[in-house]
Amino acid sequence: MFADLPLLSLLIWLPILGGFWVLAVGRNDNSASVARAVALLVSIVTFVLSLPLFFAFDSSTAAMQFSEKLAWIPNFHIYYSLGVDGFSMPLIVLTSFMTILVILAGWEVIQYKVAQYMAAFLIMEGLMIGVFAALDAILFYVLWEAMLVPMFIIIGIWGGQRRVYATIKFFLYTFLGSVFMLIALLYLYSVSNSFDILAYHKQALPMNVQVWIFFAFLVAFAVKVPMWPVHTWLPDAHVEAPTGGSVILAAIMLKLGAYGFLRFSLPITPDASHALEGFMITLSLIAVVYIGFVALVQQDMKKLIAYSSISHMGFVTLGFFTTYMITAHSNPASAAMAVEGGMVQMVSHGFISGALFLCVGVLYDRMHSRQIGDYGGVANTMPRFAIFAVFFGMANSGLPGTSGFVGEFLVILSSFKANFWIAFLAATTLILGAAYTLWMVKRVIFGKIANDHVKELTDIGARETLILTILAVTVLAFGIYPAPLLDVMHTTVQHLLEHISHTKVL
Amino acid sequence: MQNVYLAIVLAPLIGAIIAGLFGVSRRVAHTVTIAGVGIAFLLSLFAFKEVVFGGHTFNQTVYTWLVSSGIRFEIGFMVDSLTVMMMVVVTFVSWMVHIYTIGYMHDDPGYQRFFSYISLFTFAMLMLVMSNNFLQLFFGWEAVGLVSYLLIGFWFTKDTAVYANLKAFLVNRVGDFGFLLGIAMVLMYTNSLNYNEVFAHVDKIKDMTVQILPNTEWSLMTVMCILLFIGAMGKSAQVPLHVWLPDSMEGPTPISALIHAATMVTAGIFMVARMSPLFELSETALSFVLVIGAITALFMGFLGIVQNDIKRVVAYSTLSQLGYMTVALGASAYTAGIFHLMTHAFFKALLFLGAGSVIIAMHHEQDIRKMGGLRKYLPITYWTGLIGSLALIGFPGFAGFFSKDAIIEAVHHAHELGRAGSGFAYYAVLSGVFITALYSFRMFFLVFHGKERMDEHTKHHLHEPPAVVTFPLIMLAIPSLLIGAVAIEPMLFGDFFKNVIFIEHAHNAFHAEHWHGIVGMITDSFAHPPVWLALSGVAVAYYLYLINPALPESIKQRFSAVHSILVNKYGFDQFNEWFFAGGARGVGGLLWKVGDVKVIDGVMVNGSAQAVHWVALIMRHVQTGLLYHYAFAMIIGLALLLGVFVIL
Repeated sequence: MFADLPLLSLLIWLPILGGFWVLAVGRNDNSASVARAVALLVSIVTFVLSLPLFFAFDSSTAAMQFSEKLAWIPNFHIYYSLGVDGFSMPLIVLTSFMTILVILAGWEVIQYKVAQYMAAFLIMEGLMIGVFAALDAILFYVLWEAMLVPMFIIIGIWGGQRRVYATIKFFLYTFLGSVFMLIALLYLYSVSNSFDILAYHKQALPMNVQVWIFFAFLVAFAVKVPMWPVHTWLPDAHVEAPTGGSVILAAIMLKLGAYGFLRFSLPITPDASHALEGFMITLSLIAVVYIGFVALVQQDMKKLIAYSSISHMGFVTLGFFTTYMITAHSNPASAAMAVEGGMVQMVSHGFISGALFLCVGVLYDRMHSRQIGDYGGVANTMPRFAIFAVFFGMANSGLPGTSGFVGEFLVILSSFKANFWIAFLAATTLILGAAYTLWMVKRVIFGKIANDHVKELTDIGARETLILTILAVTVLAFGIYPAPLLDVMHTTVQHLLEHISHTKVL
Repeated sequence: MQNVYLAIVLAPLIGAIIAGLFGVSRRVAHTVTIAGVGIAFLLSLFAFKEVVFGGHTFNQTVYTWLVSSGIRFEIGFMVDSLTVMMMVVVTFVSWMVHIYTIGYMHDDPGYQRFFSYISLFTFAMLMLVMSNNFLQLFFGWEAVGLVSYLLIGFWFTKDTAVYANLKAFLVNRVGDFGFLLGIAMVLMYTNSLNYNEVFAHVDKIKDMTVQILPNTEWSLMTVMCILLFIGAMGKSAQVPLHVWLPDSMEGPTPISALIHAATMVTAGIFMVARMSPLFELSETALSFVLVIGAITALFMGFLGIVQNDIKRVVAYSTLSQLGYMTVALGASAYTAGIFHLMTHAFFKALLFLGAGSVIIAMHHEQDIRKMGGLRKYLPITYWTGLIGSLALIGFPGFAGFFSKDAIIEAVHHAHELGRAGSGFAYYAVLSGVFITALYSFRMFFLVFHGKERMDEHTKHHLHEPPAVVTFPLIMLAIPSLLIGAVAIEPMLFGDFFKNVIFIEHAHNAFHAEHWHGIVGMITDSFAHPPVWLALSGVAVAYYLYLINPALPESIKQRFSAVHSILVNKYGFDQFNEWFFAGGARGVGGLLWKVGDVKVIDGVMVNGSAQAVHWVALIMRHVQTGLLYHYAFAMIIGLALLLGVFVIL
């Protein structure tokens, strides 16, 4: 029954049109409650519509599924072309899932321009799903850039004190990155006479060209992930963004960069990726270790979680770029674990970092401070909240039984096959991750009541409990039984590994 | 049988969930958790019968966690004689601790939470020992660590408690760091994480070498076993990763008994015994294990002598005894290590719960210098405490006697085989016997005998705690007395561990033909030094703390340097605090302030913005708006282009 519906188009356009609907019904804040209700409805319907992607997904094929193709600008061979495989499908479901929670999280907290706030998230949801589903380079590029606008607005309007600096930094960084990507895409058009991303995969390219294209993509994607040393926009953006903005930024937007490596860099420039694997692995390990140390000394909770995000995303890129080394030492199939570990890490990080930002949001709404030093002994006044904070802290430390463990475990196990020292450095996250997360938990949650503000805190209400419970159950479910998530990507990963094992240099 | 095993692990888990998450009353909380663990215990006994007497070992997958690169990561149970023994010990001690907790935590506002945690612990520990693969082992490993973290920090308003729990978790993570790399190595070379598949594959890789540093060839098995053992060093608190265990005493006493004495801390010993087919293949790794264990056994024992907190004395004694178990592993006497693990679980749980009983009676006073003469007020605690102490020092006939003697015998055997480090280990474990007796009976005499040094108010209220507290003491005193005599023959000389624990024939110190019965072993022992060392330790303690109490003080004055080294615990804590904690913060601060803020943001990001600004300032001067300037520039440009064109 789903095969007949243009499901991906619905998932893109329903939230976008829904966003405009919200704007229409909530022109001023007197009708805020209507705006909220409509926004929630739209986000839930979108999520429900995204479920068939998962359940009707054919995991036995690496071909694109739920495909749609319409001519857009035929003169330049530009198509409105959509489709999903085992990489993009889980990320689309993640996007629609997190959007519901973000709408709920802003329910009472946002009192200023409510409709615009909700609409911005819905529109961004549609655009992000579009990026994951796009199979046409120009469509991808347009959505990739368009997605920045709502985020820019969200930080710029509902953000904190230094929001202007943060938004400009965020915008320039990411915009500069994507300009290089555009050049690479135009070059690829000039040689293949097509904007079909899958056609690029098959396009033979000489080595020096591959290297140029690799770097052009790298700038765009590394900024988004973000990888060291182009990461400094992220802590600033997180600190200034409202809670919902941080959640989407961490849970979805960072994944776009990593997704770009899978969709563009590796398959289009496999030889350059191979040649530059050492460089990429080094950057990934710097993210894990260097950023882990930096996270340790942060005084601002949001900054700490932002740095923790960068460190965790290091595992994603590490998993993707150790594939060649593993294949060199062992049979090609054993590299699948590295890529799958990276993918699982992306999904899991979406839940956990989202949850942690929501936890900080809960505290910020009550005390209007993000400084660790302003807290202490929160468990005394907010016992229910403390359970969630400790739980997500443990998940962020990669405790087995939570989803945070799965990806790191697979990446460490497989990177050992590449090289002992890579695994050694990656495994330091066991210590560093626990140190920065649990030290923060100790200083904020445990101890005696630190001051009168903490004494007056009220525990989380039903809405907050609901949001955090949903996330906690999800994190636990994927930690205890991650097999379904991996099953949908096996074939796609195999296909990618098979594809990149052949040289494109003629 | 799979349903029985599932019920064994799930019953405590369900109890924990009900007690923890549903806001139930105190009565419901302790009833469901005690029922859950009770079911687990009774079913474990049934399993024991099935496996040991029926010979029905079990090894099956419950479900597939995930599949990646063709490798199946599974959750499954392997139940053999080693497993059932651990299951019975864990569930029995846990059950007793549950009952005891009703009395000990009676007035605590976190009553339900506490029951929930200890039941959750029981679940995690059972998952650990019942696993048939490294993945689930690691799950259980980390899960018991989590509950330990939660329980050490149970009184979360106490700064020392929340410091101690973070420390415990992080130090354990250092061990897990090595452990995980060891697991990765197992997977890489055997392509499986399933115990039996790994063991079956090990013959093919035992002669391989690995190159970790350039131009060095190390034996694969040595590297693998040492990495795995680093995990055991964290969990079983071996030097230098022992530092978390004394601080863990900040938690309530029942969990000190259950987690930090009887069960969780022995997980490392259990793991190495389980991996005996791997460890047997590397003499170097075994020597490493042996030396680490010997250092722990001896030097942690010394620290027990200078402690004045009743729980810390017992804690250092636990460290030292864990050292004994590790020594046994290093001497290839895995069975003796496991045997000592079992006897120790009973008598150390007994000693901790006894200490808790004293603490309740003393209104939460833990300083043994403020006690004395408690014998007549707490008769049950006194007699059970005496049994526990005699078992600990290895008094002939008591449980600890058999297991400790076996370890010393095994080290002696290893020494004869010429295993590196065994000479040192032999003298360490021998001297350890004297030290153990000295600190144990120092505490025993100071607490139960001599002058009553508590204040009048406390003395007035002194009485034996209620039956929920004394019943577990009695129940634990029975095995502390008897289990050694019952179990030594089947476990060490019989075939209890046949096909479970693998020992090279030459390495084995225990052969059936050397077994002369329990009475023979006791009478023989008087011809060997350990018993006399233990008795002289008791005698010295008696003289120093009851006959001539002024003498210890003057010894302390005379040897103040030694005393201060011991009081400072050899400086491990100060060093770690300064080097690791301080160092990490320093590195972090440097990378952040210099790397991120100055270099990346200052020079690269804001610097390039600045550069654009400067370029714009200059370019502004070029754009003068005067037509002849532009015309001139065009001519110059044209000339240059033509020039280039002509020259090329």
